[in-house]
Amino acid sequence: MTIEELEQIAKNVKQANEKYDYELNVCMDLACASQGADKLKVALEKAAESCGKKVCVRRTGCMGPCSHGPLVRVDPEETLYRRVNEGHAEAIVKSLGGEPVPELKCELDAHFDKQVRVVLENAGHIDPEKIEDYIARDGYKALLTVLTEMTPNGVIHRITESGLRGRGGGGYPTGLKWGTVAKALGDQKYVVCNGDEGDPGAFMDRSVMEGDPHRVIEGMAIAAYAVGASKGFIYVRAEYPVAVSRLTTALREARRHGLLGNNICNTPFNFDVEIRLGAGAFVCGEETALIASIEGKRGTPKPRPPYPAASGLWGKPTLINNVETYANIAPIVRNGGQWFHDMGSERSKGTKVFALTGKIANTGLVEVPMGIKLREIIEEIGGGVPDGHTFKAVQTGGPSGGCIPAEMLDVGVSYDALLKMGSIMGSGGMIVMDDTSCMVNVARFFIEFCMTESCGKCIPCRAGTAQMYTLLTRICTGAGTMDDLELLEDLCSTVKEASLCGLGQTAPNPVLSTLKYFRQEYIEHIQHKRCPAGVCNMEAAVEVMA
Amino acid sequence: MQAFTPPPLPSEDKRWKIVNGTMRKNGYARHALIETLHTVQSSFGYLDDDAIRFVARSLRVPLSQAYGVVTFYHYFSLRPPGKHTVTVCAGTACYIKGADKLIAAAEKHLCIKQGQTTPDGQVSLMTARCVGACSRAPVALFDGEVVGEMNCENMLGQLEGWAAK
Repeated sequence: MTIEELEQIAKNVKQANEKYDYELNVCMDLACASQGADKLKVALEKAAESCGKKVCVRRTGCMGPCSHGPLVRVDPEETLYRRVNEGHAEAIVKSLGGEPVPELKCELDAHFDKQVRVVLENAGHIDPEKIEDYIARDGYKALLTVLTEMTPNGVIHRITESGLRGRGGGGYPTGLKWGTVAKALGDQKYVVCNGDEGDPGAFMDRSVMEGDPHRVIEGMAIAAYAVGASKGFIYVRAEYPVAVSRLTTALREARRHGLLGNNICNTPFNFDVEIRLGAGAFVCGEETALIASIEGKRGTPKPRPPYPAASGLWGKPTLINNVETYANIAPIVRNGGQWFHDMGSERSKGTKVFALTGKIANTGLVEVPMGIKLREIIEEIGGGVPDGHTFKAVQTGGPSGGCIPAEMLDVGVSYDALLKMGSIMGSGGMIVMDDTSCMVNVARFFIEFCMTESCGKCIPCRAGTAQMYTLLTRICTGAGTMDDLELLEDLCSTVKEASLCGLGQTAPNPVLSTLKYFRQEYIEHIQHKRCPAGVCNMEAAVEVMA
Repeated sequence: MQAFTPPPLPSEDKRWKIVNGTMRKNGYARHALIETLHTVQSSFGYLDDDAIRFVARSLRVPLSQAYGVVTFYHYFSLRPPGKHTVTVCAGTACYIKGADKLIAAAEKHLCIKQGQTTPDGQVSLMTARCVGACSRAPVALFDGEVVGEMNCENMLGQLEGWAAK
């Protein structure tokens, strides 16, 4: 495959698309598919065949506002239809060229206006199983440019210049990480993609892997060239069967087109990727645990250093990045580091994809520039809290993150700002809670999660989370005392300071942040045996009083 | 050094050939343990002692390590699943929207706890740590099919539908 051949493929696809007057893009991501998007696509195809117009019906990845699904977008007009079912197929096809169907029109200007799409630029526009669709939208151009025109150091320099930081949660500068692996000595190096999206309530990585798998592969290949690796692994959760099958197809297609394998683009660069299935362990998102899991062992973390950049998979230098980080690479290479650097806030550059869920009107995937205010995400893009309830808190970062209260909503989203508020960026889950959610109960939910997910290797995490869970359960059932609260805070700092890996070190965050902002709720539970949100069942309190 | 010969298949069952295929594809390498166990679980529905022993011997992995891996990861099951499986997602978004009530209702209806199978082997009740359909929370999976915006009535209706068949 050469650049000329690549451009020829892109040209062919564009010519083929020009034959059609209209394109019907049907979102087939999990949320829409669970509401009958597959039947809808068949109905649209049938209606399109018999209508006499030149219509192309295409399956695409997630378009974003999942709560309005199943979604259909008509191009070139860019009319978005919501809650479409197979019965509407005839009406939609009939309306092509005239006025859009009024009752199905999705008016979400406020939702889309503030978004900037870099990672999700192809979502909703390409068929994820067709490599040609990806190539037609400048896919693999970055890889071939890198291989023929840039040195590995040049690539690393460009990534460093962009200011991209790891999107898995920690926010380690990507350029720095690549530089370390590139400098490490070793005949064999590995590139690993962390697709073990264990954070419950987040699904950005799933959407990227399912909706635009080639983007991840291209990012990995560029990384491999930059650090001098010839072998890659994508570690995906077994709970995401569609992502696994889409990636398998994408890898096969990429090999067929000579974009993976030996002597890619007639250069000495060899690279291939294998998929490894996770088996349901949250701790495997931690890089040393993930390495153990790829090696076929129990996913328990190791003390660092040595960092995987020096000694990772089978003791070789290994680069590990998150799915979203790799998805950012190709656009950075294409558009230059400065382009990326110009987006975002002072120390957090570019955009971030968030999975907006919970008690909010427009649930789904959003991609926003860093530095945007939380209030803009929740009230404008998300459409606010529905059903007349009031906003209480937003939870970011999953079990390692914290709850941010209403009075902090005017803070801009960045790695440092979230850390300062006692939460973390995390992989990008954003769960909105209203006045019907009890913060003590939420803290207990996360601690229970960390307790069952603790691998058991180090004592602070194994025993600490279990004790914290017991204390929180006592408070939630009305049996708690003020001494319990003190003990809980004490335990939080022990677990935070003394645990071996990220799971334990961040496990107390949900408790600490709710204690910081919603302490009164804990005190209500303890002193007045009352749950202000009416969630906790205070059965134990009755016994104590009697 | 004598060349390694893999042990014979445990029985005539054709599914063992699929399992063997996975191991052969990976060159009987030790790191293929999790991959192979995935194949066993997808072929047989669960992992029994024979399967774990066979895989451990074929890959030259100590039995203790194989058993350790099986019990470490939630995805692997040591008990056969029921004819039907209902999985309620217990991720954060689903929990906020009342997944705990769904689980309680299902437990009451089926008279079993989560993670168990009814005594007649008809229905297994499972919970998941997030299936990634958070925008449609709360979510339940009926035999693998994702259904969003679930409520107790719909769920119990589906369970009764299974019982009637």
